Amino acid sequence: MAETVLKTVDLSIQFGGLKAVQNFNIEIKKNEIYGLIGPNGAGKTTAFNIITGVYKPTSGKCYLGGKDITGLSQKDIARSGISRTFQNIRLFNNMSVIHNVMVSMSSRPEYKVNIFQSFFHTKHYFDNEKKMRDEAKELLKVFGLYGERKELASSLPYGKQRKLEIARALATNPKILLLDEPAAGMNPEETQELMNTIRLVRDRFDMTILLIEHDMKLVSGVCDEVTVLNFGQVLTSGKVEEALSNEEVIKAYLGDEDGDTGSK
Amino acid sequence: MSEKRTYFSYFKKGLTIRNYWVYTLFAVFIAIGLVLSITNLPKASTYQLFEQIGYTIVIVISLSLVVGFLGELSLGHAGFMSIGAFTGMFFQQVVLNSLASQKGFPAAIALFISMIVGGTVAAIFGFIISLPALRLKGDYLAIVTLAFGEIVKVFFQNIDIQSITNKKGSPVWSTTGIIHDFRFDYKWLYIIIFAIALLFIVMIRNLLRSPHGRNIMAIRDNEIAAKAMGVNVTFYKIFVFVLSAFIAGVAGVLFGASQATFAAAKFDYNYSINNILVIVVLGGMGNLEGSIIAALVVALLNNRLQSVLSGDLAALKNVIYAMVLIVVVIYNNAPFLKPFREKYNFRVLFNTIKAKFSKPKDPDDPEKGLPDPSYGADWSKIPTKIPMDAIVTTDVLPSNETDDWKGEN
Amino acid sequence: MSDFWTLALGALALGGVYALIALGYTMVYGIAKMLNFAHGDIIMVGAYSAFVTFMMLGMPVWLCIIIAIIFCTLLGIGIEKAAYRPLRGSSPLAILITAIGVSYLMESIVYLAFSSAPKNVVLFPSLQGNPTATALITLGVATLLMVALVLFINYTKIGKAMRAVSEDRGAAQLMGINVNFVIMVTFAIGSALAAVAAVFWLMKTPLVTYTMGSLPGIKAFSAAVIGGIGSIPGAMIGGIIMGLIETFCDSIPGLQSYTMAIEFAILVIILLIRPSGLLGKTKREKV
Repeated sequence: MAETVLKTVDLSIQFGGLKAVQNFNIEIKKNEIYGLIGPNGAGKTTAFNIITGVYKPTSGKCYLGGKDITGLSQKDIARSGISRTFQNIRLFNNMSVIHNVMVSMSSRPEYKVNIFQSFFHTKHYFDNEKKMRDEAKELLKVFGLYGERKELASSLPYGKQRKLEIARALATNPKILLLDEPAAGMNPEETQELMNTIRLVRDRFDMTILLIEHDMKLVSGVCDEVTVLNFGQVLTSGKVEEALSNEEVIKAYLGDEDGDTGSK
Repeated sequence: MSEKRTYFSYFKKGLTIRNYWVYTLFAVFIAIGLVLSITNLPKASTYQLFEQIGYTIVIVISLSLVVGFLGELSLGHAGFMSIGAFTGMFFQQVVLNSLASQKGFPAAIALFISMIVGGTVAAIFGFIISLPALRLKGDYLAIVTLAFGEIVKVFFQNIDIQSITNKKGSPVWSTTGIIHDFRFDYKWLYIIIFAIALLFIVMIRNLLRSPHGRNIMAIRDNEIAAKAMGVNVTFYKIFVFVLSAFIAGVAGVLFGASQATFAAAKFDYNYSINNILVIVVLGGMGNLEGSIIAALVVALLNNRLQSVLSGDLAALKNVIYAMVLIVVVIYNNAPFLKPFREKYNFRVLFNTIKAKFSKPKDPDDPEKGLPDPSYGADWSKIPTKIPMDAIVTTDVLPSNETDDWKGEN
Repeated sequence: MSDFWTLALGALALGGVYALIALGYTMVYGIAKMLNFAHGDIIMVGAYSAFVTFMMLGMPVWLCIIIAIIFCTLLGIGIEKAAYRPLRGSSPLAILITAIGVSYLMESIVYLAFSSAPKNVVLFPSLQGNPTATALITLGVATLLMVALVLFINYTKIGKAMRAVSEDRGAAQLMGINVNFVIMVTFAIGSALAAVAAVFWLMKTPLVTYTMGSLPGIKAFSAAVIGGIGSIPGAMIGGIIMGLIETFCDSIPGLQSYTMAIEFAILVIILLIRPSGLLGKTKREKV
């Protein structure tokens, strides 16, 4: 049916002797919410970091909408349409909420301003700035951050900081959004709200989402498909219910009779 | 806003009116200076004080860009200043003065050309320093910049060009430094210095308010996140160092023009720290206007204290500065003073004063009055890939009715 | 002895002095994660303490040295308590600038108290004009102190606590280690070593001025960075390298005036090749 947005072929990375991720294959279709789960240390965030260009893979390929993006720099990958949030929130703390969002926008070609125009604030600069500000305001309204747009990002409460990270990631106008443990540190109500936000992002922004999560309620609540990682290898992929009832997955999470917990 | 904008209105806005007072201050300074020089009243030392304030402001802007906005510490800005001063003034002595003596070449233009030369050479070295800045961070980068400044100092200390002499017959550039055969006219030099300082302030303020400036601050706040949002970190680091070095080089030329002679030994790391970094810190890092005010206050205070404290008592001044520096940094940064800091700072003070004098805001302020702002989103302004109709429909229809509407039952 | 061996011995001795100072930088960096810019000025204060006790009060040499060591140790502890402890946990830039302020403060106070004129302090008149003996004593004592320090760090309880704090301050605190105390001890040891270095410095150049600490301070700091700041063997290697370069450059007439430039150029080159120094650990920020 729908076209493939992100596809990885046998992605592997090795740190010294440690094979952190091995033969990682996923294929994410447009408009899908795709989950990446697994015990601690399974290599989920490493997989994210390879896709977003933080690490260069030892072998394997990564395609975004059919284009090979393996080995590009972080900035080029971000500009070609992969945007992400971080496990431990990384906002631009000493900047206002709206400026956080506007930083992401400035790398988009339609908002290009050259240095000369910035030095002397030409007409183009003002037009551009107004367009950007307007879009940023609307984006903040969607996430209920409009009232706080002039506050410093660091002064927001935790839940809103998470939302701002998502808003900031969306402001790059990506093809796919990568969320790294978006529900970490949230209480059940906040998680519920987050699930609504994720669905809203998918529906309203026509977005494809790949997320890492530990909260199984969230995963089974929003994800269409999941891939389970353990020790850097894919255990299984498929529909959520099927994957979660897979014997090996249960073993990885709960350990088998020998008391081997499967995770380190 | 639909009213027609002329270019003039853009231009007016372009000079970042938000910081009127800085420009007012400059205007007052230049006006006072003009009156004084026309009436011929002040002594040479008064002019020198004005000149010193002017070039200090320029060098402080330069360092503030790196420390306050890019978030990297440089302990070698005196090196850039030194490069600017020596190359710029040497160029002026050798090339421009011979022109000037022949054709009545105006000295102000000669100064301007030497500023560009000095600034450009310093900018080239800024580019060289920006390369380690890409690899090193924090303390390591600080020591590299310090090393750079010292290398420049030693290098210039050992240059001895005896063959080129000025009109008085003494070598232009010897191990004792650069010797001019003229000093730029007192009456006009400080006006030029202040005009240059004003130009840089406007340009840097404008830059910082632009997408490029925000990207620079984003790198300061979180480099990893900046990269992930598509910010070209490499470019901005190089750009900031080159720009900062250029401005520092120009400051050096201005410094050189205000002296009859100067030696390389002046520009050591103590100068970088005591005369530049301290002012940036006292002004508040990441606060351009604060740094400018600090430059002004420190220079004036210095001048006053110098005449009051003579001999070894002059060190008392340094004791006071050091204490103030330590207290200011601890007050601004100590974790345990955070609640105190949030209560008592200039911004709060300023806002209280402002609230007293300005009338209360219109309750119908469209930006503040919305009960729940999230419902007010104007989706037409957000680029999405689904057709507008679909958005509007989902907006209007409650979720349980959607299925009926689609007729899927 | 031939000229070459005298020179080589002098180089090693100078390297030993730099290493002693560099140890102070490196230990503080490793454990308190801060760059103590004021460390060089502790040397200056140590030298002035010797000047006051020896030249002005006429005390015996051994007592002067002990007083200098005690005074510097207390000073180091005091600075840490007053200026650095309030800033623990804030940005490294703020701490570095405070350290710069402390350095500036110490220099200004000494200037105020003793004026800027250099003063002669000859602690050991019998060693004047005998570079070989001076070098041998310096090298011997420096080696002894470094061995003692390594033993202290590896085999005593507080030494182990120091290593724990340098690995992970938070975890060490959870294990019941008094982090503040450990950092205080670090400053105390660093300052005591600086006082010893001050004595050796006076043996080499018997002059005290209020800025005398900054040059050996900066050079020893470079030594610590070359060796990999935070690493104790690194500081020793870096110190020796600095001593060798300096002695070598000083002995060649054409290079003499460029000594400092060459030292710093080598520092920059080493950092560009190995961004965390020769023996430093490369740390990667986790995403």
